[in-house]
Amino acid sequence: MRRTLSVAVFGGLLAVSALAGCGDSDGGAEGGGGDDGQIVLGFSQVGAESGWRTANTESIKASATAAGIKLQFSDAQGKQENQISDIRGFITQKVDVIAFSPVVTSGWDAVLKEAKDAGIPVILTDRAVDSQDTSLYQSFIGSDFKVEGTKAGEWLVKEYEGKTGDVNIVELQGTTGSAPAIDRQTGFADAIKANPNLKIVKSQTGDFKRADGKTVMETFLQSVPKIDVLYAHNDDMGLGAIEAIKAAGKKPGQDIKIITVDAVKDGMTALAAGEINFIVECSPLLGDQLMETVKAVKDGKPVEKRILTKEGTFTQEEAKAALPTRKY
Amino acid sequence: MTTILKNRLFWPALILAVMLGVNAFTSNQFIAIQDGHLFGTLIDILRGSAPLILVALGMTLVIATGGIDLSVGSVMAISGAVACLLISDLDNQNSLGGVLIAIGAAILVSLAAGLWNGTLVAVVGIQPIIATLILMVAGRGLAQLFTEGQIINVQSGPYSTLASGFFLALPVALLIAAAAVALTVLLTRRTALGLLLESVGGSPTASRLAGISARRITVMVYVVAGAFAGLAGLIASADIKSADSISAGNLIELDAILAVVIGGTALIGGRFSIAGTVLGAIIIQTLKVTVVAVDIPAEANLLFKSVVVVALCLSQSPDFRAKVFGRFTSRPAAEKVGIPA
Repeated sequence: MRRTLSVAVFGGLLAVSALAGCGDSDGGAEGGGGDDGQIVLGFSQVGAESGWRTANTESIKASATAAGIKLQFSDAQGKQENQISDIRGFITQKVDVIAFSPVVTSGWDAVLKEAKDAGIPVILTDRAVDSQDTSLYQSFIGSDFKVEGTKAGEWLVKEYEGKTGDVNIVELQGTTGSAPAIDRQTGFADAIKANPNLKIVKSQTGDFKRADGKTVMETFLQSVPKIDVLYAHNDDMGLGAIEAIKAAGKKPGQDIKIITVDAVKDGMTALAAGEINFIVECSPLLGDQLMETVKAVKDGKPVEKRILTKEGTFTQEEAKAALPTRKY
Repeated sequence: MTTILKNRLFWPALILAVMLGVNAFTSNQFIAIQDGHLFGTLIDILRGSAPLILVALGMTLVIATGGIDLSVGSVMAISGAVACLLISDLDNQNSLGGVLIAIGAAILVSLAAGLWNGTLVAVVGIQPIIATLILMVAGRGLAQLFTEGQIINVQSGPYSTLASGFFLALPVALLIAAAAVALTVLLTRRTALGLLLESVGGSPTASRLAGISARRITVMVYVVAGAFAGLAGLIASADIKSADSISAGNLIELDAILAVVIGGTALIGGRFSIAGTVLGAIIIQTLKVTVVAVDIPAEANLLFKSVVVVALCLSQSPDFRAKVFGRFTSRPAAEKVGIPA
């Protein structure tokens, strides 16, 4: 019995190693492609959960083609286990560089260690991991949500410069406990701290959703006598709130000034139409920066551990100008 | 007095009254007239609870037959996606005819979704929780497929009337929900249908032997639940003038089941209360509004809600009430008994 079992196991091992060998030679062939200078990048995306993410994927694909980098793209469909097996796949294929947007922050140490042992550099995009050992990845390219909150706050301070009257601000937070919600809240609060007349009178979660943004804003409108400013952590909640403001017989953008973060197409359209006053961009278009970093890493040049996505802010006039060429 | 106190719905109604009282206190305009229609927190609550009332109504009927429908949220997403896609393709989004066709198509698709559930449960014989789980998962996928994962915006006056419009000074969404409730009450309490539903919920086999077409009734309740969910999906998407297939109706099935339970319908089937369900749905919506109105910090929202729900459920248990309130009234008596012993 034991003998047949061990024979079976051995047979199985042989089969597996044959398969792995297969994968190896494939990877080798692609690596061979590296001889003519083409870098192979394995990228594992979170999924396709929003317009933002779709734009992110398209940016990476387009930039890879433009930079002459061969892209092995895989979609983890929002699951960490898919992403880990994707990364293992890249290691087996011996790609030159691995990049990925982690689905969650924790649980990456083992697979990143495998990549390190295989000598394949790793770059994180858009989201961070909580590994203590920062040598496991080369760089993290993404937005700084706190800076986004600060930009929103700075605009407001400038808008009310020289005015001493009380300004009542209501805030629609993102999903409770998520990094963008926490950072956009603290960044904004810090930026307006020095001006005691700018007061956040209500702050509540709208879960990054339009429907929730509308319901929460309805209640804000009923419970705060005079709202001057709305700060929403993303465009969608702001758009929902606009509906509530209109229903209450007020003019969004005039009676209540609105600041949001993201700059997706619907938000930019509302901004151009004068219903939002200011949008801080959170850009998914990090493809070009990623490809630059990939090349630098491949050539063994030192790269910044933290690379901020290039992103700006939009006023109503800027939105009108930018809208026709907007990619997302 | 004691008959009122013993009524199953007395305690939920009391909790609702307390929460409304709190809102009346925190709100500048609890109820007022503005632009020729009613306006204020109370109207916001009633209007906002319309989708949940519709979904919970369908859920009540399904649960009365001993089933459960987990797919209602996904059906909402599908219905909103279908309607918004059709409307966004219209040359003139404000044409009433085009919008009515889109609404009709969305309801038809929702009926088909209900028929699918009903067939799986009653004809194929799959357990309701599994059968509707299929559409719960697949349905949202379908909705995302229709919309290619994007949020579809519409700028259609007639369509947004569904959610934000007023008729006879009352919100249209509330009137739709009220009409659905009235129709259901009429059909189940003025005809034998309600009795048949309860009988199927009590025992499908015995019902069938007694000559009731249990299978047909079961299919019917899922179709009705699908239609009501579809209607709720239309209101929810008209409310934000867009179809968000990822978050539309997300987890509403749990709110609906909670509303049904608060209303006193037994989850094992057989007995149901439509008035209770409506009360339950309004309580859940009021709770959502109250959390914001009284400034509960975002981190403590869920805790606050669960405390209220637990209190609500406990208050409905006669045993629990006897223990808590009985102790206050009977303590002297208990001590008297205690001394000689």
